[in-house]
Amino acid sequence: MRATDLINHSYIALRAGRVRSFLTMLGIAVGIAAVVVLTAIGEGVQRYVLKEFTQFGANLIAVMPGKTETFGVSGAMVSNVRPLSLDDARSLERLSGIEAVVPVVQGNASVEAGRMSRRSMILGVGSRVPDVWSMHPALGRFLPGDDFTAARGYAVLGSKMSEELFPGRSPLGERVRIGSESYRVVGVMERKGQMLGFDMDDTVYIPISRAMAMFDRESLMEIDLLYSAGLSSGPVAERVKRHLKDRHGGEDFTVVTQDQMLEVLGDILGVLTIAIGGLGGISLLVGGVGILTIMTITVNERRGEVGLLRALGARKRQVLTLFLLDAVTLAGMGGLIGLGLGIGLALLVGILLPALPVSISWFYAAMAEIIALLVGLASGVAPALHAARLDPVQALRAE
Amino acid sequence: MIRLEGIDRSFQVGGEWVHALREISLEIPAGDYVAIMGPSGSGKSTLLNVIGLLDRPDRGRYLLGGVDAAGLTEEGRADLRRDKIGFVFQSFHLISRLTAAENVELPLVLAGTEPRVREARVAELLQQLNLSDRARHRPDQLSGGQRQRVAIARALAMRPAVLLADEPTGNLDLTSGREVVEILEGMNAKGITLLVVTHDPAIGGRAHRRIRMVDGLVEEGA
Repeated sequence: MRATDLINHSYIALRAGRVRSFLTMLGIAVGIAAVVVLTAIGEGVQRYVLKEFTQFGANLIAVMPGKTETFGVSGAMVSNVRPLSLDDARSLERLSGIEAVVPVVQGNASVEAGRMSRRSMILGVGSRVPDVWSMHPALGRFLPGDDFTAARGYAVLGSKMSEELFPGRSPLGERVRIGSESYRVVGVMERKGQMLGFDMDDTVYIPISRAMAMFDRESLMEIDLLYSAGLSSGPVAERVKRHLKDRHGGEDFTVVTQDQMLEVLGDILGVLTIAIGGLGGISLLVGGVGILTIMTITVNERRGEVGLLRALGARKRQVLTLFLLDAVTLAGMGGLIGLGLGIGLALLVGILLPALPVSISWFYAAMAEIIALLVGLASGVAPALHAARLDPVQALRAE
Repeated sequence: MIRLEGIDRSFQVGGEWVHALREISLEIPAGDYVAIMGPSGSGKSTLLNVIGLLDRPDRGRYLLGGVDAAGLTEEGRADLRRDKIGFVFQSFHLISRLTAAENVELPLVLAGTEPRVREARVAELLQQLNLSDRARHRPDQLSGGQRQRVAIARALAMRPAVLLADEPTGNLDLTSGREVVEILEGMNAKGITLLVVTHDPAIGGRAHRRIRMVDGLVEEGA
């Protein structure tokens, strides 16, 4: 039999039982639509989160004090943890492959300007924040590159902080009191939004040494490094590790590259997407059962036809192919309807709920369609085999 | 030519063994017109099914046009059936969702014949059976006689050597019945071997040769 004739035969059969075919397809369509919508949401969330994480630049390495690994050594022996110091930060700056270093200390203090007062996050940082965190001042400039120990009393405001303290006017050159010290505002940062719950816009940036004094800290909370574009994170992180080990006499710190972070995050979110895709897959399975049911009924109803086909010289395999194709066509067309439905729904969700990031995953959509075809094949096998194995004499008698 | 030698066939119906064919030996030369008659359950249909390669005998030899059917595989029998045999049934066995033309075309489609050839053959057959104006009608839009004519056209589509008709007039009124018989006889006149199973003595009387079956046995009768 010719391929076009096979397809035509299936098409005529499915058209003849329009309502039944449509309802059967609907089962598969709902499954496919569920897979498409759910994975679109999963993929959207994944992209959203990854974007959140990469908005501060891509070539980042963070060094934090303390080692977060467990060894079989008694607690008394690891008490010689040396905190990260400004000297550590300074020395890292000279390491090859490292473009810029930002030491970080964070705390809370009240910020006053005239009669306005606001309690907020204070970040003590170095001058290279615009490079390392890829955030830039919208007004004025960032903190000058003073020596850490002799930093002048300059401050840079987050955009929200600026609006709150100096509504409707430029804060450049104005004085603010932070804690008990007076600072001159030299810049306002561009709007950056929230980052894992921290409002980067409701923040004041001051020189690291002044922040350490203000919060009475001897050590840094974190050192962020920007490495040269084109280098891969692994070797650079290794070099940083070796350097600090030499300085500290042991590995009492943790180096995290952004690649590692993204990788772990991507893995977790990927599993999440697969899991919710699997939920959609269950409804696909239910659709498959629908096809199995309908095909079983159809074969029973068309027994006379099977007998006739055999009398006309159709081989068993031909009968098998015909019925299998019916099932696969049902599933395939159901799948296409589902794809349309799913994509439409995903777009609708994107429009109605702009907060929910939606990104249609063509990979999952294609997978869903392939799975639909496989489901059709699987659920068509038993009925089609039954049809092929019918005794033609008996089948002809059934009318 | 059809040659049966010692064909035996029995099967179980509702726990009872029915010996449908007992040691049947028969020779039907090509181009013959044979009526197979006899009471219900005498084995007429089983004989027709064996000759039509739909059923396999338990014992005996069956030669169709010199080919030993017993030596063929299931698929080989299907191919031989497709190429050599046309079936006409009492209940027509038309596919209701297909038009008259599509029903006639079906054997050619199954055989994988080229669409161009098919189209010409179908048109020719429909014209021959005076159905040209009914080509696009579906079976439920046709009269009984027209339906059986479509079925005959379908049986002829592969240009078979043998036409097997099981009670072809059983569901038809007298006029349509006579018409159908005349068509079948016309085909026989063109050289096709015609075997008709019938209850109707009037049809039996028209055949060149009558075979009477009783209880699985053949009685050759005048």
